[in-house]
Amino acid sequence: MVAARINETGLRRDERLEQLKLFGLGLPAMLLILVILVIPVGWLFYVSFIGADGTFSLENYERMLKRKSYARIFQTTFEISFLTTGLCILIGYPLAYFISGLPTRIANLCLITVLLPFWTSLLVRTYAWLVLLQKRGLVNDWGISLGLWDEPIKMVHNMTGTLIGMVHIMLPFLILPVYGAMRAIDRDLMKAAANLGASPKRAFWTVLFPLTLPGLFAGSLMVFILCLGFFVTPAVLGGGKVIMVSMQIVSNIELFVNWGAASALGVVLLVSTMVILWIASRFLNLEKMTGGGH
Amino acid sequence: MKTRTLLTISAAVMATSAFAQDKSVTIASWGGSYQEAQSKALFEPAAANTGIEVKQETYGGMSDVRLQVSSGQVTLDIVASGSGSAARAAAEGLLEKLDYSVIDVSTFYPGLYTDYCVGGDVFSTVYAWNTNTYGDAGPQSWADFWDVEKFPGSRAYRGGVAGALEPALMADGVAPEDVYSVLDSEEGIERAIDKIRELKPNISVFWTSGAQHAQLMKDGEVDMTTGWNGRFDNAAKDGAMVKYSFNQALLDYDCFAVPKGAPNRDTAMAFLNEISKPEYQDDLPKYITYGPTNKAAYDTGEITAEVAMGLPSSPDNAAMQLPVSLDWYAKWETIAAEMYQEMMTE
Repeated sequence: MVAARINETGLRRDERLEQLKLFGLGLPAMLLILVILVIPVGWLFYVSFIGADGTFSLENYERMLKRKSYARIFQTTFEISFLTTGLCILIGYPLAYFISGLPTRIANLCLITVLLPFWTSLLVRTYAWLVLLQKRGLVNDWGISLGLWDEPIKMVHNMTGTLIGMVHIMLPFLILPVYGAMRAIDRDLMKAAANLGASPKRAFWTVLFPLTLPGLFAGSLMVFILCLGFFVTPAVLGGGKVIMVSMQIVSNIELFVNWGAASALGVVLLVSTMVILWIASRFLNLEKMTGGGH
Repeated sequence: MKTRTLLTISAAVMATSAFAQDKSVTIASWGGSYQEAQSKALFEPAAANTGIEVKQETYGGMSDVRLQVSSGQVTLDIVASGSGSAARAAAEGLLEKLDYSVIDVSTFYPGLYTDYCVGGDVFSTVYAWNTNTYGDAGPQSWADFWDVEKFPGSRAYRGGVAGALEPALMADGVAPEDVYSVLDSEEGIERAIDKIRELKPNISVFWTSGAQHAQLMKDGEVDMTTGWNGRFDNAAKDGAMVKYSFNQALLDYDCFAVPKGAPNRDTAMAFLNEISKPEYQDDLPKYITYGPTNKAAYDTGEITAEVAMGLPSSPDNAAMQLPVSLDWYAKWETIAAEMYQEMMTE
């Protein structure tokens, strides 16, 4: 009895000590998050309520309600982010599936080509698309000289160009987590399904696909959230007609004397993103989807 | 012979840099062919003659200055700016008052310097056209620019309000001298913006920088655009099929300002005095077709009659143009910009 009790207190002490140690280990990271995330975001919230005359005011938010352009800019931003995420899934998922079925050495080679664009700057890639897609660009030149179409097609300085550029840049962010999830799946499961009489299509949809969902959701979420903050690509390929929130933040900084006008836009973007994630988490078990939890 | 000149030059450079060891200024400008011209005509020769060391940067405009001043981390001594944004920055308290006991503006054109910004060059906002599409006889007025029947083709237009409303009103039949009085109300601004709405289906790009509108013409991406005259001349020199006209253009000037709390304020004033002298300003047109702000630059003989004819500020050209009103921009720019944005996002 006594020995057991001593044992118990000893165990509890050990546990507390371990917790303390873990806390100590986590402390630098927590401090870092506090310093580089919590404080600046709090500051952003605070500044957004400061008007042009330097006192507390709601004018930065009132402006967004009064002028219709702000609603349209938010709409464009979410539209582009959804479309880019959707296109990335359509292109990236089959590609990841294909690569994951290849022998490891060839698969690694394929992955390197997927990652290759990461090594060149985003700006360079964006301008490359401009050169390729413009009225007298390579694509139109070839298309016309091969007789595929007669008049130059407008592929850039609009939504189309913006989407092409963004999908190209975001694809690796989707392919990598999906590929990771697929690689982790025991392919014998597919054979087992076939053995039990499932057609390849059925085996894919009932066995493989659900198992890849965590990777797919992690990837889609990452793509979607990164898209919300895009600046360079829509600015260069959108021809001034595709205006996303980040671009408006810059114009507001140039236009208004106070930082609040721009901060308020950042706050609304942050809050609406959080709302979307919250709604998503109501319907989907995000923790499980992103591979977290137990 | 060559070696000896080189030696003399390097000796001279060493000598000047030796006696002016710690005098340096950091200058920020807009980059591209514009800053290259400034660098060759103004900054480099003035640095060599005064021994002041010049560090050059490119920047994003007065918002950068605002960031530096409000955070107390001012690194720039001199910034090149549009006259309008300089006036706004001055009203915000972001700029040092210029010391005109140091900077000599006695031979300047009146109205091309203010308490906070001394003119560096005169430029025009013009309409330019692709000579492949329209030949040499392109549009000759803003009404022509708007006329898509007579001049079918795609247009580019400014993605911001500065210099965007005046042409629209002139295209709508307002006489140049009445433009700013019509614009002096929200209804007038809306009238101009409605005129741009009318053209919008034919505007394929809203440009945001001078380098961009020059590139658009070089690539033949659009058939017609608004833009800054010097950029088009440089594009034409590079082989672009582009021409422009000064008729009904907007006459404006760029200037140099000193951010509040600039680390080398006094050196900056001395340097501004140096680059405002006619012997530097008369070299600028060799690199970009922007005119001098110092009248005396026309008297040195460096600017030939032929070159002068192509400059925005030559009397004949200036007479055809509408001078930009800084007062209007100070009063209306923010409101007009918000209204412009409504049109852009529709």
